[in-house]
Amino acid sequence: MRGGGLRAYALLYLLFLYAPILLLPIFAFNSGTIIAFPLQGLTSQWFEQMWGNATLRRALGNSLTIALSSAVLATCLAIFAARASTRYRFPGKGGALGLIMLPLILPEIIVGISLLVVLLAAGVQLSILTVIIGHTLICMPYAVAIMTTAFSSLDKSLEEAAYDLGETKWSAFRLVILPLVMPGIISAMLMSFTISLDEFIIAFFLAGNEPTLPTYIFSQLRFPKSIPMIMALGTVLVMMSILLLAVAEYFRRRGAARTGQSSSGGLL
Amino acid sequence: MATGNGSEAAQGLRMVAPPLVYAILMLAIPLLTILTFSFLKDGYQTVIREFTFENYLAVWADPIFRTLMLRSLWVAGLVTLATVVLAFPVAYFLSFVVASRHKAMWIFLITIPFWTSYLIRVFLWKVILGYNGVINSGLKSLGIIEQPLSFLLYNTGSIVVTLAHAYAPFAILPIYVALEKIDRSLLEAGRDLGESRLMTFWRVTLPLAMPGVLAAVLIVFIPTIGDYVTPTLIGGGKIPMVANLIQAQMLDIDNKPLGSAIAVTAMGIVGVLSLIFLFLNRRFLRVRQ
Repeated sequence: MRGGGLRAYALLYLLFLYAPILLLPIFAFNSGTIIAFPLQGLTSQWFEQMWGNATLRRALGNSLTIALSSAVLATCLAIFAARASTRYRFPGKGGALGLIMLPLILPEIIVGISLLVVLLAAGVQLSILTVIIGHTLICMPYAVAIMTTAFSSLDKSLEEAAYDLGETKWSAFRLVILPLVMPGIISAMLMSFTISLDEFIIAFFLAGNEPTLPTYIFSQLRFPKSIPMIMALGTVLVMMSILLLAVAEYFRRRGAARTGQSSSGGLL
Repeated sequence: MATGNGSEAAQGLRMVAPPLVYAILMLAIPLLTILTFSFLKDGYQTVIREFTFENYLAVWADPIFRTLMLRSLWVAGLVTLATVVLAFPVAYFLSFVVASRHKAMWIFLITIPFWTSYLIRVFLWKVILGYNGVINSGLKSLGIIEQPLSFLLYNTGSIVVTLAHAYAPFAILPIYVALEKIDRSLLEAGRDLGESRLMTFWRVTLPLAMPGVLAAVLIVFIPTIGDYVTPTLIGGGKIPMVANLIQAQMLDIDNKPLGSAIAVTAMGIVGVLSLIFLFLNRRFLRVRQ
């Protein structure tokens, strides 16, 4: 086989990437209260403990509300940005898109702390709403990247054909463009949802007293007693992320197939 | 070009307006506020509107800031080096060895761990490296060591391992994209002209891949400098980095002007270093055109 050495290296690298995640279910089902080898016995008590935890349920509810709202908002804003970037030329385009994409490389602590300062100065009460504001901001660049791919693969003549057939700008968008980029929209929403669900720093600064899943996890990591339950929670979260990403990837590929390109690209 | 109302430029501006206004309100204005705060005086729990360079003088005179900033740069530099060097062969493998119908699958596999909870992944490294952790308890139950190794956790090395793991896909993807863009006939030409496989890689592939490598360096280096979670969890609070200092000044000590000055100084240093780095490597960026 070609590249035998490289293949072996790549597989080792994958093992390195997955090693921590593979440990999660092992300790989530281990009956020992400390996270160490040798393993004790098989148990599902940590999952039961997780299920019965009221604060955790509240955190989950908050996180789902935040993730859903941020995903919808970020994707809606991203549709405008991506459409502007692929379809129009206008002055200041580079700067405008640069600012929109900036959170991609800006350390999250800077985004979190600067938003916090402004929100507090404006007298805004910290709540899950303020977290949604922050998460929308950091999810937007990812959504823009996905939507830009979706829009740039569109054949412009389809749109022009719709105008020639008497459609207005809006009806052409709704009837022709929107269905074609729909897989991209779903993919962008799922991606933003996943990012928001996992995001810690901004939630840590902007949530006030409301727990989100990551801030709840962070608060529990100090107590050795709650670690096995956190392992169980981690297992569930990782499974959920993988499921969401698999669905996002499926839609991304379907979108690529619909507009007739090859599907060898990535999520980023 | 222009259909309907207005010129193309006006339509484009109208189109970009909603996300742009959002980014201005929620990103540009907050960043400018931080910049403004850094030049103002601190009153107890308030900010006095009086222009001063005091905060910056205090930041530069502060040995703690210097130590933490240098440590952050050192850690981020090591992480970047480790990630990019380890990632390059994987990106090369993806681009040149994997059959194109399997590429999407491989990329998907590489990106999955990146999308799973950052906090839990970082904590798992603590579990792996800890005093009663996976490595120590594993070695002990195998009878290789008597006492747990204490040098695994709470040091710069463990922070580097954790961050290198967290940012791996960030390094692979830009390099992969750059490698994919290389015209394969150039490599054949190199070989036909009598270059060895290694020399072709050195003189053709690597220079053409450099824009991707540079992107990977910046995309790993900049966020790692400001990482908060890893020094807190893996360093056990004993090895704070600059993000911990910013958080402490802003929230615990509540000196917003000084905290802002630290944040601005740190970002300035990172920005200047990035520009110097790009300038030193400018000949590779010109290759594209």
